[in-house]
Amino acid sequence: MNWLIISPILLPLVLACIMLLLWRHPVWQRWTALGGMVALVGCGAGLFGVVYVHGVQSEQLAGYGAPFGITFVADLFSSIMVLASAILGTAVTVYSMTNIENRRESFGYYPLLHLLLLGVCGAFLTGDVFNLFVFFEIMLMASFVLLTLGGERGQMEGAIKYVTLNLISSAIFLAAVGILYGMTGTLNMADLSNQVVWIAENRPEELPLLTILAMMFLIAFGVKAAMFPLFFWLPASYHTPPPAVSAIFAALLTKVGVYSMARFFTLIFTHDVGTTHMIILVLAGFGMICGVLGAAAQNEFRRILAFHSVSQIGYMLMGIGLIVMLAHRDDEIAHHAVQMGLAGTIIFVVHHLFVKPNLFLVSGVVERIGGTGELKKLGGFYKTEPLLAIMFLISALSLAGIPPLSGFWAKYILVLAGLQLEQYFIVFIALLTGLLTLYSMVKIWAAAFWTDVPDDSPVHNAAHMAHAKHGIRRMIYPIAVIAVIIVLFGVFAGPIFDVAMEAAAQMLDPSAYIEAVQFEEFSPTLGRGEEADS
Amino acid sequence: MSSLILRTAIRYLFPIIVLFSIFLLLRGHDEPGGGFIGGLLGATAFALFAIGYSVETSRRMLRFELHQLMGFGLLMATLSGVVGLILGEPFLSSAWIEIPIPGRPEPFKLATYLFFDIGVYLVVLSITLMIVYALAEE
Amino acid sequence: MELILAIVIGALYAAGLYLMMRRNLVKLIIGLVLLSQAANLLIFTAAGLRSPNAPLIPPGEKYPVGDFADPLPQALILTAIVIGFGVIAFTLVLFHRAYQSTGTDDLDQMKATDT
Repeated sequence: MNWLIISPILLPLVLACIMLLLWRHPVWQRWTALGGMVALVGCGAGLFGVVYVHGVQSEQLAGYGAPFGITFVADLFSSIMVLASAILGTAVTVYSMTNIENRRESFGYYPLLHLLLLGVCGAFLTGDVFNLFVFFEIMLMASFVLLTLGGERGQMEGAIKYVTLNLISSAIFLAAVGILYGMTGTLNMADLSNQVVWIAENRPEELPLLTILAMMFLIAFGVKAAMFPLFFWLPASYHTPPPAVSAIFAALLTKVGVYSMARFFTLIFTHDVGTTHMIILVLAGFGMICGVLGAAAQNEFRRILAFHSVSQIGYMLMGIGLIVMLAHRDDEIAHHAVQMGLAGTIIFVVHHLFVKPNLFLVSGVVERIGGTGELKKLGGFYKTEPLLAIMFLISALSLAGIPPLSGFWAKYILVLAGLQLEQYFIVFIALLTGLLTLYSMVKIWAAAFWTDVPDDSPVHNAAHMAHAKHGIRRMIYPIAVIAVIIVLFGVFAGPIFDVAMEAAAQMLDPSAYIEAVQFEEFSPTLGRGEEADS
Repeated sequence: MSSLILRTAIRYLFPIIVLFSIFLLLRGHDEPGGGFIGGLLGATAFALFAIGYSVETSRRMLRFELHQLMGFGLLMATLSGVVGLILGEPFLSSAWIEIPIPGRPEPFKLATYLFFDIGVYLVVLSITLMIVYALAEE
Repeated sequence: MELILAIVIGALYAAGLYLMMRRNLVKLIIGLVLLSQAANLLIFTAAGLRSPNAPLIPPGEKYPVGDFADPLPQALILTAIVIGFGVIAFTLVLFHRAYQSTGTDDLDQMKATDT
């Protein structure tokens, strides 16, 4: 059981090392990477099964008890995220075999992919704030190199913005960690949850400082999650690397930010939900509108998709922001609706983790055959690639929220929770954004798939087509598999909703999380602890 | 840069720096020192060759491909943690075997932590050199 | 002592942010370095400035006795310095390559990917 929590971190690490040893053999790296990803899916599924049956699991590295040792905790939300990331990682690995050129492969693409997964899974599973910072940095380092791999001019320019803004966010995160430690004397998340309750009861005059800290964490995670108004690195960089890298970035990087925000603002910063969560809710609303309008102004396949992520992040934050109503209402309906809102966030995160990357993967095939991502120069893919067109349509309609696909249920649950909590304005924005999303998707559909093939398109060139079609199956199959997952996600919405509700319940009532962590019996008299005893 | 003084000095400095870096690595087991600082120092020895002679000379001195060296070090550090896992303890738990040394009352304790430190040494050495080479190769 | 350190941290943040708002790539990276150092110093100060005994466990005891220093902030700062070292080194190489491929160190000239 112990190794199961560590396995999503250990497995990518060991495989990345093995692939580094196989530095001169990119083809061997490919298959090692694929094997590792499949094994990671197995570990993720096993972890999810154990957590689902036996409840929250935890592990102390090297046997030092909390709050001193390094803690790993797996609850339902984190194990779902690990499993979903692993499935997507597998699909992207297969896709990369054709999409990533040899020169990029031979510069360590696959080891970096595994290091990225290591950072992501670590961030999902860690139960310690400082370790979260470390895993963030591992993830960022891997993503920095993945983004710049190939060294094209656009990649460099995008990377400067991405790197700079993320380093600022890391510095803010680090400063917040320092102040948090100075205030509470601990960095263990479960212990922090207790300490915040203690401060609220015994030292209410320190609560405003805690709210300021919460805002520092909000900014730090907000940059990583591309929350409004901190998202500008995302549309500037996501469309520059190869589509496979865009896809894995869109799937995982922002999700880690959203995950951390959800974790912090349910487990730790619940002392003043009326202020903190209201800010999240307002920013979520702005993000939805801003992202979807920004996407409508773009004219390139991947730029539209990238800008669109900003509005989707808004939906994810909406579920977290709806907790604000717990400050005003304390009845049964409100609690149930808040739980449903958080479940909506979880479902939306998982739905977006599959849908948005799939659209990026489709854009990769389109760019490979059409020679460009500019919508004006594309056309006729419905005639030449009908299967691809259908898979694009499934993903795009799911993103827009057309029933019975996954996106519909995610938005339906969020809207329902918003209506029950009488937050009509955010519900109106969510519905309007859904409509505008459809506009962007129809724009891509009309320009790239529905129109005739342009006369100057390289599609007419037989030599180009022979090159483009070579190995294209390895790009189509992952797209098809994810499309099937999206459809199944919609069909089995009932059971998925039940699981998400349970995960949300675990997050809203942190007692299970805290009980699962194995605390050291001895507690030395340092700072706050001393006063707590007396 | 081709300074005769630097080139001549490197020949004598190189073994001393490398030896001292290994000394720091081993000393770090119980006292100040360790894999990180040792690796940094070891990297300076090779960086000196890159400055005084050329990056190519420095690479030849190292003999190993940097990425492979990094992978090996990282694998070694990780596997030293897995030993604890195999013995039924949590990940990264320390484990050691005692090797009796003739003529000495205390046995020599060979701990997994030593391999962790050597792994860190190799990773730091190779990453530092990777950065130095990337900046020096113009 | 807290006051002096607070002023130093504030000055570091101010200098770092000022440099980051310049258009030059080199100044940007110096700004990033100052920012991460300021954060490290902030952890050091926020964790409390005291001068008790070293957190060593005396022979025969299981835990340190008496008034002992908190070793955690130092471990945090050490880790943060190491991570910062790696990240800044990578950023240096990246900016160098970016300068080579764009032929300018003026951030205002790098607008090709903006939206």
